[in-house]
Amino acid sequence: MTTKTSARSRFAVFDIRLVIALLMGVYGAVLTVMGAAVTSDADIERSAGVNINLWAGLAMLVVAALFVLWTLLRPLRVSAENTDSDTGTDSDTGTGTDQS
Amino acid sequence: MTVLAQADLRLDANAVDYILLALYFLLVLGIGYLARRRVSTSLDFFLSGRSLPAWVTGLAFISANLGAIEVMGMSANGAEYGMPTAHYFWIGAVPAMLFLGIVMMPFYYGSKVRSVPEFMLRRFGKGAHLLNGVSFALAQVLIAGANLFLLASVVNLLLGWPLWVSVIVAAVIVLSYTTLGGLSAAIYNEVLQFVVIVAALLPLTIVGLYKVGGWQGLVDKVSAGPGGPEQVNSWPGNQLTGFEDNFLSVLGLVFGLGFVLSFGYWTTNFVEVQRAMAAKSMSAARRTPIIGAFPKMLIPFIVIIPGMVAGVAVTELQGENKTALMAGESAPSGATFNDALLLLMRDLLPNGMLGIAIAGLLASFMAGMAANLSSFNTVFTYDIWQAYIRKDRPDDYYLRFGRFITIVATALAIGTAFIASTYSNLMDYLQQLFSFFNAPLFATFILGMFWRRMTPAAGWAGLASGTLAAVVVFILSETGVWVLPGQGAAFIGAGAAFVVDIVVSVAVTYVSAPKPAAQLTGLVYSLTPKETRQHSTTGEDAGWYRNPSLLAGIVLVVTIVLNIIF
Repeated sequence: MTTKTSARSRFAVFDIRLVIALLMGVYGAVLTVMGAAVTSDADIERSAGVNINLWAGLAMLVVAALFVLWTLLRPLRVSAENTDSDTGTDSDTGTGTDQS
Repeated sequence: MTVLAQADLRLDANAVDYILLALYFLLVLGIGYLARRRVSTSLDFFLSGRSLPAWVTGLAFISANLGAIEVMGMSANGAEYGMPTAHYFWIGAVPAMLFLGIVMMPFYYGSKVRSVPEFMLRRFGKGAHLLNGVSFALAQVLIAGANLFLLASVVNLLLGWPLWVSVIVAAVIVLSYTTLGGLSAAIYNEVLQFVVIVAALLPLTIVGLYKVGGWQGLVDKVSAGPGGPEQVNSWPGNQLTGFEDNFLSVLGLVFGLGFVLSFGYWTTNFVEVQRAMAAKSMSAARRTPIIGAFPKMLIPFIVIIPGMVAGVAVTELQGENKTALMAGESAPSGATFNDALLLLMRDLLPNGMLGIAIAGLLASFMAGMAANLSSFNTVFTYDIWQAYIRKDRPDDYYLRFGRFITIVATALAIGTAFIASTYSNLMDYLQQLFSFFNAPLFATFILGMFWRRMTPAAGWAGLASGTLAAVVVFILSETGVWVLPGQGAAFIGAGAAFVVDIVVSVAVTYVSAPKPAAQLTGLVYSLTPKETRQHSTTGEDAGWYRNPSLLAGIVLVVTIVLNIIF
């Protein structure tokens, strides 16, 4: 579908930070609901009196939010040299003097 | 007895846990699919087109190492030896990672080689190249098999799938994303794996500490246990090294583990170095291991502490069971230290968190195997196939060949997984044997980088004799000529390999002809102009927080503080 668009936008579709946010967001939501409504008192007793589902769930939601925030504040910028796959090797290494 | 204990490991997972687990696998495969669309050349496939930001390669750098050996092995070590296990991180890994970033990366990245064996080719010629390439490829297939076996045996224990089904399913999942997306898929998944591993182990650690009454409670209980108070301090670590004498123990740790074994592993192991080579600039490549060192310093807390907690809080591992296991006998309960993490999960985690913990463990084992595969296919394609068997084909031939050889390697790994399944303590042997390959490699590297006269003949002769020396030490300790109950034999073997390699290399150098200086520019320290060793400090590499040396300094200070506290 998007294969006709340039390499620039193809790369921008895929940002690992959003994948991490998705995973942590879903995990966090499920755990929070589990901890608030499902996890039995016996289970909480077993984990030393800590409702770990609830707390870990909330923490994961915070992590997910931070990753989303990071993605929004510093969106991926693909420099022209890097999209040019052939010259990607010697684009910005700052050396450029191979065998001088 | 053992059958009973094995059955006890079955975790009480329910539908929620399976859904959470399934979501993770869906994302793993999704990353493979998305990364595939960016692969158009062999360099994209094998080195991610050298385009990744430093934080991604940095997390992948440690995640590639955070496999079965690390997570299960280090928590087992934590249960058995306590805090001295942290040496693997603070004396072992961290200084070596800083050294790689500051001193060695300019040569790796600057010379634009595509693999560690290719650096050997440029510096020493074909003998050392072929020796290094073949031994590396062989080692990776064996380690991948061991990782696969551990992965499958955990699936088998936790979910009750038959072992052969677990092996094949696990292999197919890892294979599908590594062949589709190449190194990018492996690296992006390693970042995701890192997040899941932390999300799994951090809550486990916190609950575990609550269980035993906080840090002070853990210290009291461990001190009162069979290991004694020695286990709550990292120095001098006599139980870990097997030396009675404090001075020898510290020496063994600093020179054997800290210097030779760890520097060898972290600076010359292509599985690690490949991640840094995929970075988008010299500055990012140098920052890769240094950024990785920050979380690496903290991993002991979420791996070793749960192990220590398990040693005092899990019924099957405490008291007389720990005494028996430390004496090298089997515990009355039938459990081993390797089960520490699983037993703790079983005891403490409710459904929900349990699913994430299982996902974290499986993620960790897949990370190890994917790292083996993605470095194997690079070395095999570039350093064996392209260099000696099918030269001068168009680039897309090597891209296709890379995908093909990944499939072959996976098939071989399934084979070596079944070999691995016949040994009860294969991991120990593997870890020792392959550290033997790395110790001489490091000696040859460091000498070759700083001593321009070192000759091609010295390159391969040093490597071969160093490996031989390590194997001799290994055989001596196995046959009981030297008795070192802890993990001291590996430390001594590494030391011997290093010294023999240096001595042989120097001796051979004086009787053979060196390479002309013109061919060594960019490969040897004194023949590389200072400006080519520098990285750019403009654009995306600007800012004090992107300065490799400053970051390294911060890591070093924190590590020293950690060593003083513990």
